[in-house]
Amino acid sequence: MSEKTGAEILVETLLEEGAEVMFGFPGGVLLHIFDVLFDADIDFILTRHEQGAAHAADGYARATGKVGVCIATSGPGASNLTTGIATAYMDSVPMVALTGQVPTELIGGDAFQETDTVGITRSISKYNYLVKDPRDIHRVIKEAFYIARTGRPGPVVVDLPKDVTSGKAKYEKIDKVEIRSYKPVLKGNPRQVKRAAQAILKAERPVIYAGGGVIISGAHKELRRLAESQKIPVTLTLMGLGAFPGTHPLFMGMLGMHGTWCANMAIRNCDLLIAIGARFDDRVTGKIEEFAPNAEIIHIDIDPSAISKNVVVDIPIVGDVRTVLNQLLKELEEKSKPDMKQRKKWLKQIEEWKEEYLLTYEKSNKVIKPQYVVEKIYELTKGEAIITTEVGQNQMWAALFYKYDRPRNFLSSGGLGTMGYGFPAAIGAKIGRPDEIVVDIAGDGSIQMNIQELATAVQYQVPVKVAILNNQFLGMVRQWQELFYNRRYSHTCVACQPDFKKLAEAYGAKGYVITDPADVEPVLKEALFNDQPCLMDFRVAREENVFPMIPPGKTVFDIIYPLKKKKKNAREKKK
Amino acid sequence: MKHTISLLVENRFGALSRISGLFSARGYNIESLSVAPTQDPTLSRMTIVTNGDERVLEQIIKQLNKLIDVLKVWNISEREYISRELVLVRVASGGGKQDQALRIAQIFGVRVADVGSESLTLEMMGDEKEVENFLRLLKPLGIKELVRSGTVAMVKEKAG
Repeated sequence: MSEKTGAEILVETLLEEGAEVMFGFPGGVLLHIFDVLFDADIDFILTRHEQGAAHAADGYARATGKVGVCIATSGPGASNLTTGIATAYMDSVPMVALTGQVPTELIGGDAFQETDTVGITRSISKYNYLVKDPRDIHRVIKEAFYIARTGRPGPVVVDLPKDVTSGKAKYEKIDKVEIRSYKPVLKGNPRQVKRAAQAILKAERPVIYAGGGVIISGAHKELRRLAESQKIPVTLTLMGLGAFPGTHPLFMGMLGMHGTWCANMAIRNCDLLIAIGARFDDRVTGKIEEFAPNAEIIHIDIDPSAISKNVVVDIPIVGDVRTVLNQLLKELEEKSKPDMKQRKKWLKQIEEWKEEYLLTYEKSNKVIKPQYVVEKIYELTKGEAIITTEVGQNQMWAALFYKYDRPRNFLSSGGLGTMGYGFPAAIGAKIGRPDEIVVDIAGDGSIQMNIQELATAVQYQVPVKVAILNNQFLGMVRQWQELFYNRRYSHTCVACQPDFKKLAEAYGAKGYVITDPADVEPVLKEALFNDQPCLMDFRVAREENVFPMIPPGKTVFDIIYPLKKKKKNAREKKK
Repeated sequence: MKHTISLLVENRFGALSRISGLFSARGYNIESLSVAPTQDPTLSRMTIVTNGDERVLEQIIKQLNKLIDVLKVWNISEREYISRELVLVRVASGGGKQDQALRIAQIFGVRVADVGSESLTLEMMGDEKEVENFLRLLKPLGIKELVRSGTVAMVKEKAG
């Protein structure tokens, strides 16, 4: 058997694992690897910052379901990756992050560009490795991909010292990865599934609360079957958007802090809550003691530690969401139907809540409303675009005013809340699914955190579209200052900003600045459908707020809706 | 409430820091921790004494189970188990204290590990309660130095 260098083994193994694209940035200790990459059959995308590489790999992974791969050098390269790794970790995104390391004999000696990468990334990755022998590279990379994509997915970091990539070893292929201490449970406990089925059949007011786990496990069809066959209304978390069609009559909208009145009222009043691939995040539950206070709770999740972490559940089912839903559907089909009269009554109540507050905003023909821009993007792309977001108001408007009918079309940093995520993620998503329109709905604050990736989009001709909802504020923080800090806008006004149109042009992309509501549609029509990277600077109403909003730690009855008239009615009704 | 958790983990670089890191990152306490390889040198046995209510304990066990390097986790305080700690304690031996110390040692069946001109070092092994009792009796003599190992524990074989 022939000997190969560590770098050669690495690249061959990456190809074997199906890595077609890689995002990264070179550096001294990576030279052996980059020398091999020069001729390899991998599309290498050179980002302009390592954080961009990690987010692009993340966007690629979320959009395609494949494992995203990124690479950065030791020291600052690796530390720049960490925000992207943590982002992927919080949202369970399969990723393999490769980092260079100083030669093994120098480790621990404060060598040039040395950081303890495995130490830094330990708590923000699903697993990590420091490879000390070229003979281990093949196995480690195989394991890394396996760990990243199975169970509850997540990023795996592989730290590769320079001498390990130049050293030689026999290349013996492993067919199957076997890790004795890591065996994710896929099938739900049949007894628990039976209990869940019984609970569903006897429930009068059931609600499905589904999250990103449905998308990750590819269970959107099963979820729809469950909701339709049992006539159960559905609400989704931010991460779950697209797991159930946004235009479906059983859909109540998003729940939680910026969720709809209907979804939050349904949670409040349901007698059975079916949580599927969701984790009872504080942005979802609000005041925890008053979350679903009258409900029995079923919780289906692949991660046992997610169960009863924040809210104690009655019927936990650990397993892969898709597998468990199939078990559950089979169980339900063998049983009698639920009491349809009760269900109809419940669905009627849901419809009433939907009508009490419409998800809307005050329209204007003088100033561009950010929600209007999102609505127009929705209309023009027929709801079929991949939308990425930054974090803050832009993220919530993109979640509320664009309806997602398909999974993997809404990519957003939900858990970590990383500003600067959306743009590089859009580049990754567009590379993974080149036939789709990909739009980053951004804020003027967030976009500047990774705007250097315009160069990447131009260099590789990735025609992503960025719609900046420019209010010259760090809008979400400003909104909280307005509502809870007496309008003291401490350091949230970013009136000094670049001319985004000129900036885009300087990079070789197309730039637009839009100030008149009448121009929104024509500009979108041009920019969304051409084959160039475009940056659109929409000058929007400066102090527009994201509503509905339940203030932190409060309940649905404290919800703030823009149209006050309806709200009064609803409040009276509750009494 | 105190709990004793026993873990079987891969005897691998980084496993210990992953486990201790989990405790610090999630705000759990470690009262004591001991770790050493088992009869299978690729595996280590770890005993962790921690405290917290039932909810916290449940989370600790789940989070530990989630770690890739962890093969198995037992909450052994909910079963019959044997636990031991090792203590080395140096007491002053001047002014007739030596006899007293030796008497206490005798009661507990404790070995003398070292005799110096001004001190006596005793080596005691027992469960937490025994160790506490032993130290309580020694205290009036003046403990000069005390080194105490973490608990090691093992579930008892089921009777019958």
